[in-house]
Amino acid sequence: MTMLTPTLYADNDLTIYHAQAIKQRWLEGLHQSEGDVTLDLSRVGEIDTAGLQLLWLLRREAHASGRRLNIVAVSPTVADLLAFCRLTENFSAPRATEPEVEAA
Amino acid sequence: MDELTGVFVQESREQLAEMEAGLLALEANPEETSDINAIFRAAHTIKGGAGVVECSYLESFTHKVENLLDQLRDGRLSPSEMRINLLLDCADHIGLLLDALEQGETTLSTSVIDADTRLRERLEQESAPSVASASPASPPPEAVAPVGENAPDIWYISVRFGEDVLRHGMDPIAFLRFLTTLGDIRELQTLADTMPPAEQMDPEACYLGFEICLETSAGKPEIEAVFDFVRDECELHILPPHSRSEDYIALINALPDDERPLLGEMLLRAGALTESELLIGLNSQELAKAYTDNSPPIGAILVEHKSVRPEVVEAAIQRQSAIQQAQQQTAPAPRVIEHEEVSAQIEPVASPPAVVADGEHHPAPAKARAASSEARMLRVQAEKLDRLIDLVGELVIAGASATELARQSGATQLVEATSLLSRLVEDIRDSALQLRMVQIGETFNRFNRVVRDVSHELGKDIGLVIRGGETELDKSLIEKVGDPLMHLVRNAMDHGIESQEKRQAAGKPARGRIELNAYHDSSSVVIEVSDDGGGLPYDKILAKAVAQGLVPANQSLTDEEIAALIFRPGFSTADRVSNLSGRGVGLDVVARNIQALRGTVEIKSKPGQGSRFVIRLPLTLAIIDGFLTAVGKNYFIVPLDTVVECIELPTHCDREYLNLRGEVLPFLRLRDEFELEGEPSTRQSVVVVQYAGHKVGLVVDRLHGEFQTVIKPLGPLFRHLRGIGGSTILGSGEVGLILDVPLLARRASRREARSFEPAPRAHKH
Repeated sequence: MTMLTPTLYADNDLTIYHAQAIKQRWLEGLHQSEGDVTLDLSRVGEIDTAGLQLLWLLRREAHASGRRLNIVAVSPTVADLLAFCRLTENFSAPRATEPEVEAA
Repeated sequence: MDELTGVFVQESREQLAEMEAGLLALEANPEETSDINAIFRAAHTIKGGAGVVECSYLESFTHKVENLLDQLRDGRLSPSEMRINLLLDCADHIGLLLDALEQGETTLSTSVIDADTRLRERLEQESAPSVASASPASPPPEAVAPVGENAPDIWYISVRFGEDVLRHGMDPIAFLRFLTTLGDIRELQTLADTMPPAEQMDPEACYLGFEICLETSAGKPEIEAVFDFVRDECELHILPPHSRSEDYIALINALPDDERPLLGEMLLRAGALTESELLIGLNSQELAKAYTDNSPPIGAILVEHKSVRPEVVEAAIQRQSAIQQAQQQTAPAPRVIEHEEVSAQIEPVASPPAVVADGEHHPAPAKARAASSEARMLRVQAEKLDRLIDLVGELVIAGASATELARQSGATQLVEATSLLSRLVEDIRDSALQLRMVQIGETFNRFNRVVRDVSHELGKDIGLVIRGGETELDKSLIEKVGDPLMHLVRNAMDHGIESQEKRQAAGKPARGRIELNAYHDSSSVVIEVSDDGGGLPYDKILAKAVAQGLVPANQSLTDEEIAALIFRPGFSTADRVSNLSGRGVGLDVVARNIQALRGTVEIKSKPGQGSRFVIRLPLTLAIIDGFLTAVGKNYFIVPLDTVVECIELPTHCDREYLNLRGEVLPFLRLRDEFELEGEPSTRQSVVVVQYAGHKVGLVVDRLHGEFQTVIKPLGPLFRHLRGIGGSTILGSGEVGLILDVPLLARRASRREARSFEPAPRAHKH
C-alpha cells in the first residue's frame, strides 16, 4: 500500500456523539494535506447514520478538490454498514473485515 | 360470514359466470385470444379476492387454474377440448368452494376435497411442461408461495429523512435494517444530495435518503409501520408492485356504494393507500390551493407522490364515477340489481376505518367521463327496495284519494295541482318498479352451459340460440322462473330434439337447435323455449293418457287439449327413463310454478317441425294500472293493459257472445259471474279485454275510467276465489276487487267453444 499522506483515521465510535469532533478533525486533515486521502477505519466500534454521513462528506470534499478517498481498512461494523447500504464499491473499501495493514 | 366475505362471494360468482361464458366462447372459437384474457382476468380477480378474505384453499386452487390459463394465454398451450372441459370443471369446483365459504364451513366435505385433489392433479398434468416458468404477470408457482399469503413482490420504497431525526435519537439505518424482518432488500441506493457544503453541514443533522427495492409478501400498512417512529419526520413513499395493482383494482371494484365516494377513501379501503399517505396528499392539495386557484386532483397528487400506481387511481376514478352515476340516476342505469345482505358499510381491509378526510377529493372530471360501463351496478338491500315499493304503493293510494277529493270539490286549481301530482306519482311508481327490473339475459346465458353439457351427455349435437336477452322483468320473477326454464330446456333436448340419424333421415340439419326468446306483450312478459325437433307426438300422448286413465278412451280431443295433457301430474311419454327427464316428474311442476307466478304456459307444436313452450308472466307483482268499473255497489278493477276497448252492450243481447265488427266476442256478465245482487242498469257496458290472444268482453254497469292501484294480495280466506286476483283500496276508502283477466278470458272462451258444440243455449236474462 502506497503510504500517501495524510492518513485519517477514527479510533472511536463513528456515531453522532463524536460526529462534531470527527467532522472537524477530518476536514482539517483534508485541507492541510495534498494528494489522495487514506482512511483507516479498522478501529471503529459503532457506526451509525451520522458516521455514514461523515464518510460521505469526506469523500465528497476530497473529490471536490480532485483527490481520492481510499478507505484502506474497515472494522466489521463499518464493513457491514457499507455493505448494507451498497456503498462498499463507492468508497472502494476493502471487503475484508480484518485490518489489512499495521495490525494493531 | 362477514360483509367483506359476502361481497367477495357475490362478486366471485359474477366473475365465475364470466369465466364460464368465456370458456364456452373459447370452445366455440379457439382462436379468439380476447376470450382467454377475459377468463384469466376473472380467475385472477377471484384469486385476489380470496387472498383478501383469507380463504386459502380457494386462493391456492384458483392459483393453479390461473397457471394453466396463463399458459393458454401465452400460447404455450392450446385450448384443446380436454383443457376447456377441465377448466369448466374447475369453474364448477370454484363455485362449490364459494358455497362452502358462504355457508361458513370451516372444513370441506370429503367429496369436495377429493374433487379438489383430482382437479389439482389434472391441472398439474395439463400445465406440467412449463410450470416452472410462470409469466411475470402471475406470481411464481405455488411451490414457493405459502398458501394464504400473497406471493412476494418487489415494493419500491423511497424515504427521505428529516434533518432532526438524528437529534431525536433515531438512527435511520436502524429502520432500514428492520425492513429486512419483512423481506429481502433487493436493492438499496443511498442518496445525500441535500447535504450542504462542508462548512454548513451539521454532522448532527440527517441529510440522507434511501431508495429501496424490498421483496416482501407484506402489505403496505406493515411496511409503513416500520417507519412509524419517524413517520412525521420523513418523506416516505411506498409504491406497490405492479402485480398488486390488479388486486387493488379488484378490491376497488368490489367496494360497496358509498353515499359520497371519496377517491382517497376508496384507495384507503382497498389497502392501496395508507392513512398517512392520504393525509399528506390532502395537505399538499390544500397547499396547492392556497397558491393557485385550482388545485390538482387528489389522484394526480397521489400518483406524483408515488403513493399509488396510476392504473389503480384510474380504476378508483372509474368506480367512483360509476357510483356517482348510479346515485344520480338521471337516466336509468343499464342494470340495477338488488341483492340481499350487502350493506353499505365495509371494514377496510387492513387499516382502521377512522379517516379524517376533510379535504376535497377531486374526481378528476376528464377521466371520470371515461368510466367503463361494466362496473355500473348498485347493490341495495332487497328489504330497502321492498320498503320503497311499499311506500310508493301507499303514495299511489293516497294520491288517488286526493285526486278524488279534488274532483269532488270542483276547485279547478286544486284539480290541476292534483293531476300534476298524480302524474309525478306515476313516474315515481314506474321508476321504483324499474329498480326491480332485471334483464333476463343473464338467466338465459346460464343455459349455454346447460345445453353444452346435456348435449354431450345425450350424444346429440345441439346449439342454443338466445334472443331478447335485454327483456326486463321483475327480479323476484326471474329468480323463480329459472327452474321451470331449466326443466323445459332439458325436456326439449331430451324429448324434443331427435337423434342425429332421425334428423338426417327427415332431411333436417344434424345439429339440433334450442331457442330461448323473451319479449314484452301488453302487460306480460313472454318467454319461449322452442326446439326444432319432432314436435309433440299427439297420438302417443293421447294413447298414454288413455292408458294412464287421464282421459276416457273414446273422447276426441283437440291438439291443444292433448298438448295440455303433458302438464298433468304423473304424465310421461318417454319410452325409456333417461337421466334428464322422462321420470314423470316435471312438466306438471313447471305448470304449477308458472301458475304460482300468475302466469300461464302453453304449447305450440307442429309435428316434424318442433315445439314451442310459451310462458307468459305478469311484468310485476306489485302495482298495476287499472280500469275502474262498477257493478251495482261493487267496484272491479280491470288491469289496464288488458283492456282493448269499451263498447255499449246492445239492449237485446241474450246470447253469451256478440258481434264485434264481424268477430265473435264471447262475454261474461260480471253480475252473474260473481252472483251479485241488484238489477242491472239499463245501459250496460262491455269492457273488451285481451289475454294471450283471447278477446273477451266483461259486462259491467258503469265505467269509471283509469285508476292506478296497488295490488293487495287477498287474505288466505279468499285464496280459493276464482276470477279475483287481488284487492285494493279506492280513493274513497272503499274496497275494489282486481279481476283475474287471464282466468276470466279462459273461462269465457271455453264456454264459447262449448256453446258451439251443442245447440246454443239461450241466456236467462
